[in-house]
Amino acid sequence: MAARPPLTRRTDYDRERTVEYEVVRLEPASAQSRAAWIFLAPALGLIAIFFLVPVAASLVLSLTDFDIYAVASLHNARFVGLGNYVRLFHDPIFWKALGNTFYFALVGGPLTVAVSLGAALLLDAKMVRWKGFFRTIYFAPFVTTLVAVAIVWKYLYHPQYGLLNWALAKVGVHPIDWLGDPHWAMPAIIVMAVWKNFGYNMLIFVAALQSVPEELYEAAELDGAGPVARFWHITLPMLGPALAFVGVVTMIGYFQLFAEPYVMTAGGPLRATTSVVLYMYEEGFRWWRMGFAASIAFVLFVIIAGATLVQRRFGAGAGEHA
Amino acid sequence: MMSSLSRRVLLYTALIAGALVAVFPLLWMLSASFMATGEASTYPPHLIPRAPTIAHYRDLFTRLNLGRALFNSALIALVVTALSVLINSMAGYALAKLRFRHRARVYRSLGIGLILPAQVAMLPLFLLMKELHLVNSYWGVIIPGLASIFGILLTYQYALAIPDDLLDAARVDGASELQLYRLVVLPVIAPILATLAIWTFLATWNDFMWPLIILSDDRKYTLPVAIANLVGEHVQDAELMMAGSVVTVLPVMLVFLFLQRYYIRGITAGAVK
Repeated sequence: MAARPPLTRRTDYDRERTVEYEVVRLEPASAQSRAAWIFLAPALGLIAIFFLVPVAASLVLSLTDFDIYAVASLHNARFVGLGNYVRLFHDPIFWKALGNTFYFALVGGPLTVAVSLGAALLLDAKMVRWKGFFRTIYFAPFVTTLVAVAIVWKYLYHPQYGLLNWALAKVGVHPIDWLGDPHWAMPAIIVMAVWKNFGYNMLIFVAALQSVPEELYEAAELDGAGPVARFWHITLPMLGPALAFVGVVTMIGYFQLFAEPYVMTAGGPLRATTSVVLYMYEEGFRWWRMGFAASIAFVLFVIIAGATLVQRRFGAGAGEHA
Repeated sequence: MMSSLSRRVLLYTALIAGALVAVFPLLWMLSASFMATGEASTYPPHLIPRAPTIAHYRDLFTRLNLGRALFNSALIALVVTALSVLINSMAGYALAKLRFRHRARVYRSLGIGLILPAQVAMLPLFLLMKELHLVNSYWGVIIPGLASIFGILLTYQYALAIPDDLLDAARVDGASELQLYRLVVLPVIAPILATLAIWTFLATWNDFMWPLIILSDDRKYTLPVAIANLVGEHVQDAELMMAGSVVTVLPVMLVFLFLQRYYIRGITAGAVK
């Protein structure tokens, strides 16, 4: 309970009244406090037991040689200090996976944001009718089940019968083995991810664009600024905070790349699409090297915590401008 | 300076081209699912089935038992949605409107929890589920999805706007805190609960990695796990796989199309945070 001011000396009558007053005020407050903890208990209990404790346990797990024998009996696990991390940093597959994940996030993230912004600008144009219709269509891929559309794209990318190569052949491009060529597999997954995810950021940009004051555009137009100049000097600076927020949030999501390579390429060819999370999954749940896999998970944690700190810094800036 | 007409033509060309790219993979999925076996693997490709057939759907629901996965997905998504809306909304409301010690600390801790990626918890979580004998069970999928920091904070933000006078008036009338929540708070926060319910349903339905880890028996598989498994065995059967994808995507598409107003509110609310 919050600190109260000390009672001063009063007459008996006054003290009685004060006591009565406190009873009335404090009773509901303690009832509220009890109710609050009862209301919070299920959610906080579940989050603690099934999320926070496992996250902390993951760090401990990464310091052991927990493997398939330990899955059978915990006694078979031994403490190995930083052994898993030493092994990890000498593991070429890990470095490959880390590089792939950054490739996906740092190329795919900005590309997704750019496409989202383009779509939002189209939808924001004053002369466009049926905005709701186009918005729904553009947003539809985001709602779909990732695994299902990854399967669809796998066939669209088929080197012989895929519709993409067929369409490209019409403009004279030779067939590309999208998912079978180590150089093309990651770009192919990025294109699919952009298609799947741009609608989400687009909606955020549409909302942000509506808050740009119309007078700014009118003033610029009077000064003779064309559409391109208006975009660079008004739209982009006004969207700045939203852009930074959306960009980092998108990249954080992309660092967790898993289902696309799992379904489309199984991490290949030549490990070209193995991501950090896919490698963790393979080591932990296919080969049951859970201690080693936990050290991979911890690296993921560090990457995402770092990216989030960057985002919060941008986020603070966004708060000032908004 | 471009004329207004040519600008309009250019704009609509871009809009329509974008719309075609957005829907084409989905339309092709639908179209190919009705093609005869082998028809989706021809060159030049057919865009429309020559002789539409539902043979692949029949195959999926009889021989390949995908109906079972559909049932599992629906059951798990509905249970998670119903329970998590209750659990998260109670917590979000308490955090926003009830006075108790450490309130600020709880709020800050949740904010920190948002940083942690779910995948980091998965290895120990699996071992915990094994100890609880929940591996390969519905509850093994359901329980970790019940409480979500996102859900708590979404309700929190909305509940902040409830006037204290409204709550105090009900307290003076003798309402208990539980009655207050049920009779006063729930009707007021109903719109955001609709948003939360739709988000939770779609996220649970679409979830892949955790169900893949915790479920080992194909009779327990959810749809994404089932079709990911199916594509391993039937990679040559493009038409069959397209039908499986349609079965997986169609329910969430329908939920979205009918309830998109509520769904989209979750995005704008989340972005404000």
